Amino acid sequence: MSDNSASEHPVTEKFSPLHQIHLHGGASFTDFAGWQMPVSYGSDLTEHHAVRNAAGIFDISHMAEIGVTGPQAIEFLEYALAGKMSNLALMQAKYSLLLDEHAGIVDDLIVYHNAEGEYLVVANAGNHDVVVEELTARSKDFDVQVMDHSDATALIAVQGPRALEILQATEGLDVLEGQQSLIDLKYYWTTSATFSGDSVYVARTGYTGEDGFELYLDTSNAAMLWQALVTAGAPLGLIPAGLASRDTLRLEAGMPLYGHELGRDILPAQAGLGRAVHFTKEGDFVGRAAAETGPAEGARVLVGLTSEGRRAGRAGYSLVDGDTVVGEITSGALSPTLGHPIAMGFVDPKYSEPGTVLDIDVRGSKIPATVTALPFYKREKN
Amino acid sequence: MADKTDRKYTAEHEWLDIVGTTATIGITDFAADKLGDVVFVELPKVGATVQAGKVVGEIESTKSVGELFAPVNGTVTEANSAVVDKPELVNEDPFGGGWMIKLEVADASVFDAAEFMTFDAYSALVGE
Repeated sequence: MSDNSASEHPVTEKFSPLHQIHLHGGASFTDFAGWQMPVSYGSDLTEHHAVRNAAGIFDISHMAEIGVTGPQAIEFLEYALAGKMSNLALMQAKYSLLLDEHAGIVDDLIVYHNAEGEYLVVANAGNHDVVVEELTARSKDFDVQVMDHSDATALIAVQGPRALEILQATEGLDVLEGQQSLIDLKYYWTTSATFSGDSVYVARTGYTGEDGFELYLDTSNAAMLWQALVTAGAPLGLIPAGLASRDTLRLEAGMPLYGHELGRDILPAQAGLGRAVHFTKEGDFVGRAAAETGPAEGARVLVGLTSEGRRAGRAGYSLVDGDTVVGEITSGALSPTLGHPIAMGFVDPKYSEPGTVLDIDVRGSKIPATVTALPFYKREKN
Repeated sequence: MADKTDRKYTAEHEWLDIVGTTATIGITDFAADKLGDVVFVELPKVGATVQAGKVVGEIESTKSVGELFAPVNGTVTEANSAVVDKPELVNEDPFGGGWMIKLEVADASVFDAAEFMTFDAYSALVGE
């Protein structure tokens, strides 16, 4: 047999600060943008269900963390990114896009406003170099410093309905006096904490469709914090989870993945991310003119697709109407939560209405699929 | 079935348990681990004639699609319906209950001519 997901080996491999823990935990690894990251610790399905029903802990230290500081940090971010940054309150986070001059998506990222005049931009591992280069180049006319903290920063995500209880029960993890408590922390807000005396930046963000937190800290303390979180979480059902389950979780939640739903050849409006581009903000920003013009007439748009049975459409499979190719799948899997295949893909606009039935061309055989509004899965809020 | 150390192996991460002119074929634990949790298996029909190197089945996990190749020319004499009904058998017992098909060849010499790997050679290939 052959595994179509196998990727080429990079010249140099990077290892997470938590690599030893993953080795001891029996993880199998995959190359992700040059990083050796856990793909699963045994069963990706078990990990997926743990996140939906209790909690999972993910090492996502491969993500890129880039600091932006200086008197003109806001002005710079307004120019460099597509989203409105000037109204980002202290300790608030925002999803945004880095566009090129043609309004193609260079990366999607989260901007954290972590102190007065200090912002943290978190980008995809695969786009680390290009984001650092672009931000640095775009900063030259501003009184601002762009600093790459990626190698010094570990990032641990605790995701699932029991994530809050787990963080609260974690020995040595304490929110700083005067900072927002974990229980009152809203989605896309952050708070400052310490772990054994070292600072931890805690964000209520994630990529799974569940409640959860992402914890940024210095690499040197990452292993201890991971162990403390696992110790506190294990009795509540927390297990380590790898990138395989992270992918099926984000797909169910309808969240785009760079290189699949997002890319240089895709404009925000095509990917349903028009809301991340703020035309009302003052002044120019990179990609503004092209984004205002918008995609060419007839440009394909992102949709969700569901089908029956167990055989899923996968990235690269054609979507057809009769014998005519009208789109292509960008991500697809048998949804562990829903029990049927789900996919995201780009289709000609006239096929984008929910309810439209298309066929997925699975290497010659056709599987009917119905266009569906995203997300496929939405957690029940209490 | 023979102990896994007494079976033959292919570069496509399949094992063959050869008895006379018939081989039971499955995928290795290494392949199953790489795929992740298997959720769908499609196998050829009994009686189908297959050609060496051609895709004869599919093994899908949550994250990817693997293909089952025919290691030799032959005729499918059995397809494991248990693994179709319970794809998790591929992960739970890849060398046992997770077997895929039985292939009959015209002459046992076909197996020798195919130059399959021994268990040791295969283990070296996957670095175990």
